[in-house]
Parts: sequence; structure tokens; C-alpha cells
Amino acid sequence: MSSIAVELTGITKRFPGVVANADVNIAVRAGTVHAIVGENGAGKSTLMKILYGMQRPDEGTIKVDGAEVAFHSPADAIKAGIGMVHQHFMLADNLTVLENVVLGNEPRAGGRLDFRAARARIKEISDRYGLGVEPNRLVDDLGVGERQRVEILKVLYRGARILILDEPTAVLVPQEVDELFGNLRELKAEGLTILFISHKLDEVLSVADEITVIRRGTTVATVSPAEVTARRLAELMVGSALPVPELRESTVTDTTVLDVAGLTVTSADGRTVLDDVSFTINAGEVLGIAGVEGNGQAELVEALMGIRPLSAGTVKLRGKDINRMSTRDRRDAGVAYIPEDRHRQGVLLEATLWENRILGHQTKKPNVRGPLIDRRAAKADTQRIVDQYDVRTPSIDVFAAALSGGNQQKLIVGREMSGNPVLLIASHPTRGVDVGAQAAIWEHIRRARAEHLAVLLISADLDELIGMSDRLAVILRGRLVSYCDPKTVTPEDLGSAMTGAGEEVA
Amino acid sequence: MSGGGLSVGVETAPTPRKRRIRPGAYWLAALGAIAVIALVRVLTGATDLTSRGTVQAALTAAVPIALAALGGLWSERAGVVNIGLEGMMVLGTWGAGFAAYQWGPWAGVFFGLVLGTLAGLLHALATVTFGVDHIISGVAINLLAPGLALFLSKLYFTNAPGGGQKQSPPLTDAPHVTIPLLSPGLRSVEDRHWWLVSDVAGLLGGLVTSVSLLTIIAALLVIGSVFVLWRTPFGLRLRSCGEAPVAAESLGVNVYLYKYAAVIASGAFAGLGGAFLAISSSQFRDGQTGGRGFIGLAAMIFGNWRPGGLAAGAGLFGYTDAMQLRGSDAVHALLLLLGIALLVLAVVQFLSGHRVIAAVAAVLGIGFAWWFFATDALPPELVGAAPYVVTLLVLALAAQRLRMPKADGQIYRRGEGG
Amino acid sequence: MRRLSLRAVLLGLAAPVGALVFAAAVCSVILVVTGHSPADVVDSMSASLDRPRTTVIAVNNATNYYLAAVAVAIGFRMNLFNIGVDGQYRLAAMLSAALAGASFMDGLPSVLRVALTMIAAVLVGAFWAGIAGFLKVTRGVSEVISTIMLNAIATALVAFLLNPNRLAVLEGNDIHTPTITSGGQVPGIPYSGSSTEVHGLILVAVAIGVLYWFVLARTRFGFDLKATGLSESAAVASGVSVKKMVLASMLLSGAVAGLVGMPELLGGAHSYSLNFPPGIGFIGIAVALLGRNHPIGMAFAALLWGYLDASSNGLDVAGIPKEIVAIMQGVIVLSVVVAYELVRRYRVRLEQREVGKALGTIKVPEVVGS
Repeated sequence: MSSIAVELTGITKRFPGVVANADVNIAVRAGTVHAIVGENGAGKSTLMKILYGMQRPDEGTIKVDGAEVAFHSPADAIKAGIGMVHQHFMLADNLTVLENVVLGNEPRAGGRLDFRAARARIKEISDRYGLGVEPNRLVDDLGVGERQRVEILKVLYRGARILILDEPTAVLVPQEVDELFGNLRELKAEGLTILFISHKLDEVLSVADEITVIRRGTTVATVSPAEVTARRLAELMVGSALPVPELRESTVTDTTVLDVAGLTVTSADGRTVLDDVSFTINAGEVLGIAGVEGNGQAELVEALMGIRPLSAGTVKLRGKDINRMSTRDRRDAGVAYIPEDRHRQGVLLEATLWENRILGHQTKKPNVRGPLIDRRAAKADTQRIVDQYDVRTPSIDVFAAALSGGNQQKLIVGREMSGNPVLLIASHPTRGVDVGAQAAIWEHIRRARAEHLAVLLISADLDELIGMSDRLAVILRGRLVSYCDPKTVTPEDLGSAMTGAGEEVA
Repeated sequence: MSGGGLSVGVETAPTPRKRRIRPGAYWLAALGAIAVIALVRVLTGATDLTSRGTVQAALTAAVPIALAALGGLWSERAGVVNIGLEGMMVLGTWGAGFAAYQWGPWAGVFFGLVLGTLAGLLHALATVTFGVDHIISGVAINLLAPGLALFLSKLYFTNAPGGGQKQSPPLTDAPHVTIPLLSPGLRSVEDRHWWLVSDVAGLLGGLVTSVSLLTIIAALLVIGSVFVLWRTPFGLRLRSCGEAPVAAESLGVNVYLYKYAAVIASGAFAGLGGAFLAISSSQFRDGQTGGRGFIGLAAMIFGNWRPGGLAAGAGLFGYTDAMQLRGSDAVHALLLLLGIALLVLAVVQFLSGHRVIAAVAAVLGIGFAWWFFATDALPPELVGAAPYVVTLLVLALAAQRLRMPKADGQIYRRGEGG
Repeated sequence: MRRLSLRAVLLGLAAPVGALVFAAAVCSVILVVTGHSPADVVDSMSASLDRPRTTVIAVNNATNYYLAAVAVAIGFRMNLFNIGVDGQYRLAAMLSAALAGASFMDGLPSVLRVALTMIAAVLVGAFWAGIAGFLKVTRGVSEVISTIMLNAIATALVAFLLNPNRLAVLEGNDIHTPTITSGGQVPGIPYSGSSTEVHGLILVAVAIGVLYWFVLARTRFGFDLKATGLSESAAVASGVSVKKMVLASMLLSGAVAGLVGMPELLGGAHSYSLNFPPGIGFIGIAVALLGRNHPIGMAFAALLWGYLDASSNGLDVAGIPKEIVAIMQGVIVLSVVVAYELVRRYRVRLEQREVGKALGTIKVPEVVGS
């Protein structure tokens, strides 16, 4: 039995009105991969921020290598040998890899930054772990995989012995995940300790030596992967069985709702981000788009919504060319939209729920009468949504910011389902919401599909895509490269298609 | 109101291509510019375009602008927009007036610097600690500073010998230096009026004759800023706060500390700029800065948030400033210069595929050239607008080459990112 | 937009009142340190309030400031900084004064003359602000920078045009635009005890305030404007054309800015000269901030500012530099924005706590970006 590298005892952290962590106890053995699993909002991220000195616990103690520590900032955590690879990359785009890596820990020669020494050290680490990082490149020029390797190098450069990886696989396809896990095993072999945060159970089972489950802010169990099944883990995580995304009998009709032909989009810097994309969606059909993030999904959605101009191609809604329509006209024509980034695009955080009800529906009844806002009717309809979609809120007069992510998302779904839309563009509709909200949102999509709604579903969650789609298309480098049948395809096959490794699969 | 403002329209400016321009190219461009100016000088007979006197006046005018611009650079590189530069400069002019008439120019420099520093501290307190919108804090400082300066001026200068309610007693200027042999030698070459040769001689002559020590200090500060911001760990951390403060925080950089340092330094530079202005004009006067803080901001933007660029911008704006004082011929010739510059820009933009911008630049360029040929003189009132017009034109026609720090103007709060 | 409760009102008042108290304290310290008595200042300023003339001047000042504040607030509500109200107002006042004073106008009926003058001012103001709006939507130029530049260019233009060879006349040592004859003037409202009258165009300021409230609170356009201000990306996703909104609000802001000089021009000075007060655009920013962009809040703030300015004139006589008032105003602006920011954060947290309590949840509400 090896020694304990990190020990968290009785950690409690309160935020105004909520308890994010309550009496968390974890012991991580040195030289192991220790996974921490829990559903969205269970308090994993807060816990890791505490361990990394970004937030301070209200109660409890942290011990590193047996000695009690109190971190006031990440600098203290770094000194104690803890490094963190963040889910959202923490890189300055306009600085070079070298500058990003040495920042805060620069080699000096006299009063200057010793660029020569820094370059040599980065090369050395990069070569030792086979990271292939080039110190002089601008981060702006790097791809997703490269950026993650720079992040790992940053941590190793600081001599970290304990690595925290926060949802590192969220942006990776299965094949890249395997590579990452290879790296992790190598790091473990060198004696490093790894804390691996995830909510993807199969990944956790394959890489972890021990697994701690967090539910509603507290640790409920620590288990060995050999002793549990994914099903058992899921039950520990949510206290019941996980909801399964699945469709019942087909409701596909033969009326074409959306007809996209030859859609091409060029970005401001001249790159083709969508290349000759064509597809149709019929009433009562869900078309899923699978792809590694950044392969044109966001651009596709924006092009369909009229937010991004097309360089070529046509978009027809129920046979009518909507190419030249503004976003508002498209919404008026019956396009509903669940945007991928709830906080940035979905709600006005510092506006009331009923004002958020109007958002996106500024031209439609019951919100407006002519050019004027009809407050009374808008409020009444907001109350209807809150009731029907089970939005947990004390009143419709609170700010959207006061609601949890799941409840915000339910409000958005309810709003977008209002006014009898014919097409729903749903971009990551269940991202970052708890399982309860997830199940509810799936149910609403199923119900709308039964009522002949056409749905374009974009998601990074392969299970969701496979379970909720009538047809699946794979997008790669801005092109639709293949179609799969969700009834027969496995996540692994889909992953191959998404990376281009298996273009022949389909 | 969040600090970033609306980003609308920004997406029309494509990300700049990563093509490193070698330093030699800058020298070549500068020489080309001088050649064009020399040509215009020969064609129009406006000898003041490149005379030693003009260069000297331009240098004196450029120094306060350059210092304000440096102030802007330091602050914005750390992600804090500082439009309070103007107010900070005003305090600098008063501080210099107060100390210099009693204890000599160097005391004036020191006092101006101290007052600017305090104003910088106030801006840092508001923007960094309290998370107030940067623009609003800057506007407030610009409201506060002139009132404070005039209040203090009435208090301390009204009864001072040679002073008044709105002006200080006369101040002694800082010492000036001339390089012995070189200066008269260049003068004799300049007097020949050879194309390009005499122009370069006039330019160099202005740089070696009766140069204020204050000017030399300012030049050293620009060079020092390059070194500190781009060659030291301190500078890297400071810039990281302007590019990605959350990333910097995650690596243990104390973002507040560096922002404070940068904004305080920004105030110090602006205060210094004000002090130099008062001392080189031998008096503090109410309203003396006349928008130079804003011109400094413009020079920094013109210079693409880089020290070399802002020095060039300050030089250019100082030059137009100097032109106002030198005969109307030279001022008139500026129209032709602006026209030619726009036509060059039109060609550059056309070659990089921006047809519309090129066309607009060409039309404007022809317009200015036509204005030159159709008139005999440029009304002096309009010359003062030159720096502002030039900056607007640069922003409107060459904006895709500008790149400001990514998190500039955004409000950062510890522990709220990621 | 939310139901009024006692606590909401108290929270709303805490910031401005706190800022005023703080500013008064800072100024007292400055006065004491420089050997003056704060009590003298209070005496002098409150004594001047007893004079009806001071009240009239204060109200007239406030009229100008209020219009400038509304112009600024239109931008603020959608996150646009129209720093250029000052230049827009001066250029508009100067050009419309030249029009109003032109001899061909003498023949027209009075109502038409006044209307034409004001329309000219509105158009010039909108045009000058529109340049900044145009540059922003077509080239992405920050309106902060472009309006600062346009202010300076307006100064140069006004200096250029205000020349006897161009639009002005020389009368003794004064250069001004031709004096507007009585048919083009707007009569004032008499105020008992004062020879100076209240500007008749104060009614325009009131109307603009009501219109501002109505458009923002009750119309789709106002909703789009506020939504854009709260979150540009969410507004885009909701179908708002942000470019159109930027252009529209810059034009509207400039149009109101164009009106700023009208009460003074048509009701007091009757010609434009360099004596026209500069800096009203910046005062407008201060008043909009203090009044939280709220139509009534800004009215109170404008009156406060107008009164401070009107009553400061007596201070110089009392041997205290009247700039102490300018210092006080600067401190008010800085401290009020700090106070509002603190109250805003407190309010969001309070609400999250209450929602948490009401639902008995332990979910972490995601942090609100500021």
C-alpha cells in the first residue's frame, strides 16, 4: 500500500444560499489515478478549485503528503506540487507556447527572462513525455489536441507531482482519449499522482485505480473499478438509475421541413469552415449531427439561424427559400433555437424570467401587441411555461441568474417550444444540466417530435445522439462525411467516423 | 455595463496573418516616407516641412504625447483601458508648476510624476478593486482632475509672483544639449536644399541641436518600456494580465498586483508627460494639456499597442502640431502628404484583397490631393484636428492590422473565471 | 421593471445617498486641509438657494444636463459609450444657430422657424454620432475612441466655421453667429422674484424624458435595446440585428445630443459663441451614471448638478475656489459607480440565496459574469 498523496477531510464549502460541498472526504494514494465522478452540478469542480487554491473551504482540512496545508492562491498549490489541467484551456492566445508555459515561473538571467534556458527545458520535457510541443509557436495557431498537451506541459514544467485533470476528455474523440490515457499511464509510471474528474463512467472504469463518487456535494463512496459495474456507479452517482436517451416508434413523415443544399461558409480569415453541406429533415424526424467540436457544427447552426452569412448554397424551410431572411424572420417562420451556450446566447442573466420569456419571441403573441410589449400576457405565459416545464423557481420576477443551469435550460426549452415551431435547432440541449432536467428535456423533444416537429440535434454526448436521433450524420472539417444508422452504430464506430479514421465505416 | 462594450462589427476584421515584418522593412518605410516628404518639399517649396526648426518643435510637441501614449500602453497591456490619461496629465502640469517655480525643474518633474501616480492609483482602485467600468472611471478622473488643478491653482498661484488664478509663475526649463561638431555640420548641408540629403540633414540636425534633457529621458523611457514589458518576467506577467487574466491567475500570478502596477505606472507616465509639457512651456496654465492625453491614446492605437509604433505616432502628431507654428506653406503641404499616404494605403489594401477599403482610401486620397491643388492655404483651425482625423482614418481603413490585448477593457474578478 | 418593495427602494437609494455623503466628506477634508471652513461653503451655497435667480439658473442648467444625460443613457442601455455627446451638441448648436440667425428665416412664421432650427440641430447631432455608429458597424471601430476623436474634430470645425468670413459675425470683440431675431426665439417662463426666466424648452426636456421611458419600458425596440445591452450574444441569437441597433441607437443618441444646446440657444443666448458652455456632454455622462439611466433618477441628478453649478458662483466671492464643487462632482461620479457595483453584486447574491432557500436546493448557481 503506497502512501497517501492528498487527503481531504470534512471539506465544506457554502455559497450564498447553497452548499456546494458538504463533508467531503477523499484519500488519494500516491502514484495512482484516482477518479472523481459525479453528475453535473454535484460539486466536483468546486472541490477541485478548493484543492487548487482558487477557492477556500469553509470547513475541513487538506493534507498533501501527510502535511496539512492551507492554500490562499494557486501559487500555494503549485508550490505544494499540485498542477491543474483545466477543462477550458487557460492559455493566452497572443503569447507564444514558451511564454504561456513559463508564465509565473520564469527562468531568469540577471533581471531578464532567460529565453534560452526556458526553450531548452520545454524541449526536454516535451521530448521525455513525447508531447511534441514547439516552444516558439503562437498558441493562436494551435489545434485543440496541441493546446491540451501545452496545458499538460505547463503543469509538468512546474514540477507538479499531483495532477488534477478536470473533464479532460470533453473535447476529445475516443481515439484521442485513448492517447491521453496512454500518457496518463506513463505519468503514473513515473510516480505521479493523478486526480481525474469525469462524469463518463466507461472512461473512468478503464483508467482509474480508485473511484470516489460525489452526489449532491458530498462523497458517497470510494470504490475500486474491479469491484463495480457502470450500472452500479451510475446508481451511486444519481441515487437511482440513469435516464437513458431513446426514441420510441418512428414518427418520421414524408413532408420535408428543412432542405439544405450546397451550404458553404467561409470564415473572416478566408478558411472554408463549412463545405458543400446538404441534408434534409422531415417533419417528425430528429437528425443528429456527430462530430468533434470545432468541425463546423457551430457555424452550421449559425448559418441556419441567419447569424452567419453563407458564401454558397440554399436553405429552404417548408419549400420556401429563407436564404435572405434575417434571424428574426426565420424565427417568425417557425424556427426554434436552443443555443449551445446557455449563458452567452440563451438567457439574459440579469433580467427577470418573464423578460427572458420574451427573448427570441419579441415579435410573437402573446408577448407583444404591435410594436408594444404586452407585459401582462407575457407574464401569464411565463407562468404557464414554469408550470408545464417544471422550472423550479419561487417566482417569475427573479433574475435568470438565480436559477440553476437545469432550470434555466428548461425555461429555454419551454420558451422555444412555444408558438408551434416547425423546426427545432437544438445545440447541446442537455449540456451541463442535472439528470432530472436531462430526462425532462429529452421527454419534451420526444413529445414535440411526435407532434411532427423536425429537429436538428447537435451534441457532443454520443449516447444522447445515438439514443435521440432517427438518423445520424457525421461532420468532419466542415463536410458531412457519412451517415450512420443510430439503431446499429456503436459509440466506437461513431468516434472513428468523427476523426476520419473510419470514413469507410458508415 | 460591462467593460468590453459591444463587439459588433469586429468580426468583419479578419484575424491578421502571422507574417513577421522584419525591422529592416520599418527603416525602409521610414526612409521612403522621408523621400516622399522631401519630394513634396521640393515641389511645393515649403522648406519648413523638413527644416531643423520644425523637427525641434515637433520633438518638443511629441514628448508629452509619447509619454501619455506610454501611459496608455502600460495600462492597456495589463488589460485596463485608461481614458483618464488626460486628467492625469492635467494633474502633472499643475504639480510641475507648483514645484518647479519654487525648487527648480527637476522638483517639478518629480511632483508631476507623483500626482500622476496618485491619479493612477485612484483609477486602479476603481477599476481593479471595485470592478468599475474602465471608461467610466476614466471619464470621472477627467471630470475631477481639471477641477482639482484649478482649485489648487487658485489656492497657490494667485498671490505668487508672476502667477495668477489660472497660471503658475514662470518656470525654468530643463537644460538643453547640443552635439558640438555635428550640429553646425548638418546645418550647412541642410542649407543646400538638396533633395533627400538636405532633408535628412535637417531631420538629424533637429535631433542633435538643443535637445532638452527631458526629451532624452522620454526616449529612454520608451526604450526601457520595450525592455521591461517584453524581456523580463515582470513584463510577461503584466502582459498576460491583459491577454488572459484567468490563465495568469491559474498559474499563481497575482493579477490584481500587476494590474495595479501597470495602472499606477500609467498614471506616472501621464503625470510625467504633463510635467514635461508645463516645464518645456515654462509655465503651468489652466487647460494647457488641450486634449494631449487623448492624442496620446490615439498615438498608442495608431502604434498598434507597441512602443515603437506609439513613438512613431507621437512623432507624427507632434509633427503636425509643430506645423501649426511654422508657416502656412508647410501646413498646406500636409494636405498633399495625407493624400499620398492614403493612396499608398489604397494600393496596400488592394494588394491584400480589400477592394472596398482600397477604393474608399483612394477616393479620400484623391480628395485630399485635390484639396491641396484647389486651394492656396489650409485654415489653421483645421490643422489641430489632424491627429484625430489621421487616427480615425487608420482605424477605419487599416483596422485589420491592429491588434489590441485580448482582455483589454474587460473587468476581471479573482476566482470568478473558469 | 420589477415589483417595488421597500427593500428594493432602500437598496436603490443606498448607493446615491452613500456616494453623496462620501463626496461631501472628501470635500470637507480637502477644505479643512487647505484652511477653509466647510461650514462657510454650506452657508454660501444654501444662502444662494434662497435667491430665486439661483433656482432659475439651476433649473436651466438641469435642462441642458438632462438632455445630455438622456443622450448618453440611450447608448449606455445597450452598452454603447457615446463619449461624443459634447462634440455632437456643440456642432449641432453652432450650425443650427447659424441657420436660425440667417436673414432668410425672418420671413417665416415663428413656429416653423423654431421647428426648423431644432430639426437642423437634431439632424446634425445624429449625423455626427452616426459617423461613429457607421464606423462601428462597418469597421468595428470602438465608439469610445471614435467619439473622442470626433469631439476634437468638432472643436476644430466649430473654430473654423465660427469666423467672420464664414458663418459668424464680429461684434466688438465677440465673435458669434448672427443673433436670432425675436421671431425665432422661444419665450421663457417667468419665475417670480427673478429677472431671468426658465427656458421654455424645458418642456422639450420633459417630453424627451417621457419618450425615453416609454420606448425603453414599453416597446419592442426598447426591449431589443436593453437585451443587446445585457448580452449581445443572446440578443443576436434572439433575432436582434445588433448592427441595426447600434446604428439606430447612435443616431437617436446623437439626435437628442443635438437638442442639448437648444434651450440655451433659443431661450437665452440667441446666438452661438465660444461662450457656450463646453463639457456638457461629459456632465451628461455623470448625470446618467448618478441617475442610473433611469428617466426620473436622471432628472434628480440633473437638478442636483444644476444646483451645485448655480450655487458655486458665490463661493469665489467668499474666497473659496468654486472648483471645490467640480471636485465634489468628480468624487460623486466615482463613488456612485463603485457603490452601484457593490449594491448590484449584493443584490444578485441575495437573490440567489433566497431562491436557494425557497427551493431547498444545494445546486451551485453558476457564477454571474460581471
